[in-house]
Amino acid sequence: MYTLVYDGTFEGLLTAVFEIYDRKLFHVKLIKGEWRSSAMFEEVLQVITDERRATRVLKGLRKKLSAAGIQRLYIAHMAEMDNEENAIVGFIRYVFDTDVNIEEDYGNKYVMRLSEILKMVRREKHRMEAFIRFRKLKDGIYYAAVEPDFNVLPLLIRHFKNRYTDQKWIIYDIKRRYGIHYDLHDTQYITLDFSEVNKSSEVENIFTDDEQVYQQLWKSYFTNVNIVARKNTKLHLRHIPKRYWRHLTEKI
Amino acid sequence: MNAERITEKLNILADAAKYDVSCASSGSKRKNENKGLGNASNGICHSYTEDGRCVSLLKILLTNHCIFDCAYCVSRKNNDIKRAAFTVQEVVDLTINFYRRNYIEGLFLSSGIFKDADYTMERLVRVAKKLRTEGNFNGYIHLKSIPGASDELMREAGLYADRLSINLEMPTEAGLKLLAPEKNRQDMINPMNFLKNEIILRTEEKKFFKKAPLFAPAGQSTQVIIGATPESDQQVLQSASYFYKNFNLKRVYYSGYVPVLADKRLPALNTSVPMVRENRLYQADWLMRFYGFHVNEIVNTQNPLLDLDIDPKLSWAIRNMQAFPIDINKADVQMILRVPGIGLLSAQKIVSARKFAKLSWEQLKKIGVALNRARYFIICKSNEFERRDLTGNNIKQFILAESQSKYIKNTQTQLNLF
Ligand code: SF4
Repeated sequence: MYTLVYDGTFEGLLTAVFEIYDRKLFHVKLIKGEWRSSAMFEEVLQVITDERRATRVLKGLRKKLSAAGIQRLYIAHMAEMDNEENAIVGFIRYVFDTDVNIEEDYGNKYVMRLSEILKMVRREKHRMEAFIRFRKLKDGIYYAAVEPDFNVLPLLIRHFKNRYTDQKWIIYDIKRRYGIHYDLHDTQYITLDFSEVNKSSEVENIFTDDEQVYQQLWKSYFTNVNIVARKNTKLHLRHIPKRYWRHLTEKI
Repeated sequence: MNAERITEKLNILADAAKYDVSCASSGSKRKNENKGLGNASNGICHSYTEDGRCVSLLKILLTNHCIFDCAYCVSRKNNDIKRAAFTVQEVVDLTINFYRRNYIEGLFLSSGIFKDADYTMERLVRVAKKLRTEGNFNGYIHLKSIPGASDELMREAGLYADRLSINLEMPTEAGLKLLAPEKNRQDMINPMNFLKNEIILRTEEKKFFKKAPLFAPAGQSTQVIIGATPESDQQVLQSASYFYKNFNLKRVYYSGYVPVLADKRLPALNTSVPMVRENRLYQADWLMRFYGFHVNEIVNTQNPLLDLDIDPKLSWAIRNMQAFPIDINKADVQMILRVPGIGLLSAQKIVSARKFAKLSWEQLKKIGVALNRARYFIICKSNEFERRDLTGNNIKQFILAESQSKYIKNTQTQLNLF
């Protein structure tokens, strides 16, 4: 059993697949992380991301998968779920080792796992589309903070760009410390320095005057549409798990 | 903006609108045009109330003043409550500001009846028109049409709204006569019919002129109240099926009656909301719309009531044991869809996957089939067959016992925790 360590990028993962075939390694485990050479783990190999090798693997995949299949693979990796590299590598190996297109072979454990991963990623993306709450800043930008389980911000750009074309907005992933900013024309990835606005008086000051009013209105709307006679806490929690509450205006 | 006054109005008019269950914001295809605000094609639920229903639209009444006195309605004339009315501009501002903050997908606007049908309908249309033309708003708009509204207003409404609905309120005409004597079934059916024809016409037009304006792109829906009058599920579902067929409705909503008023004609105030029944009706409705079931297969003269213990598909299956078992690796998809425990998605996956190799129990489970139910009705790659010589009734008992014991286990572990 070999352990391959790669840098966490999609190119790195594809390079790893190249190495697996090149060196005929059959029992492998792929982990993301920093390379530490150690005499104790002789069978740990470092994958050095190599664009040329990655491209060759990708080309090979293109021959055997539909465009949507490649896209799914990319999304599954990009969402950065813990320890799912091996499922993705397993899937890729199954693709290469089979003559026909296997995308829909749900009887296979790797195909199945990939579709499970995608389901989780899509659900998280969908939840972000639902649970993002913008607050209007004094300078006219609508700002939202999020903490998704997986790295789904890049998957959100299209949705929010199509929807809010006439307002500037920022969606910021606090956990991963980066955000997307839309300036009425394009979106860019940004990082913010929060040290300046950490005093609570400052925080209040950065929002427009009617921001508080609309938040209050939304909260009272939320309270008033509830039908007490139909209370169903279990269902409520299944729809809005508690970990999302701290960023939901109506739940704060 | 007078925050206090708006808050009070919102409280009153959201509270009065909440018993209307229709809320979906899907089915439209309105795009964001001219760098405007919003689009309407996704049908996202932005929040969930504590009773577990989704919040996707700002659902309010324009006013809860009403000249009518329908027994089941909190806004009825003779109910002693606080009254309020929004101005057109107030509704527009609320909608846009909520939308910009990503609280909602759009507006669901309904109303008590101010003076007469057209007077009220005209105001509803004005809100939608202002949102579209002045607010450049492309989010979802659902207008509740007022029974008796004129064709002209219905046509205008269709130009601005994504969906229009008229509540049938009671599943049968007799029920309506009993609880809303001032209302008239024909007043509901006329505008529905007008809309149906107009939608067909406009769809034709759109084929030839790409630039033809959208007309109620998400179609029309309706709502019936369940449990306020004594109709059977057979009557309810047959009426739904009739409206689906004859008026091209997109959805029928079933609203379990919440007792809010004391009236001799109504269930007593302490009657509980028929939530299980409501849920079973939605399941039956799905079977009709997506699973190819005919209404008579679900409810009929021998079985006028839905089984509250088990879902209607399982109930159909155990009444029709002669149709089973089916071979998952051979049966056509229509039949696979009829197996209890197999949904639309798993059926599709099964049909894709079996092209590669015959499927076993283990794989079916991974695909998402609920084997605790499905296993009595199917065979697959392995030879084991779970049905043995069980009768439909045995199977029902087994399935119930199993979910029962699971339930008990759950509560026990919970008790252990505390
Ligand atoms: S007409 Fe509508 S608002 Fe008026 S009492 Fe009847 S159901 Fe209620």
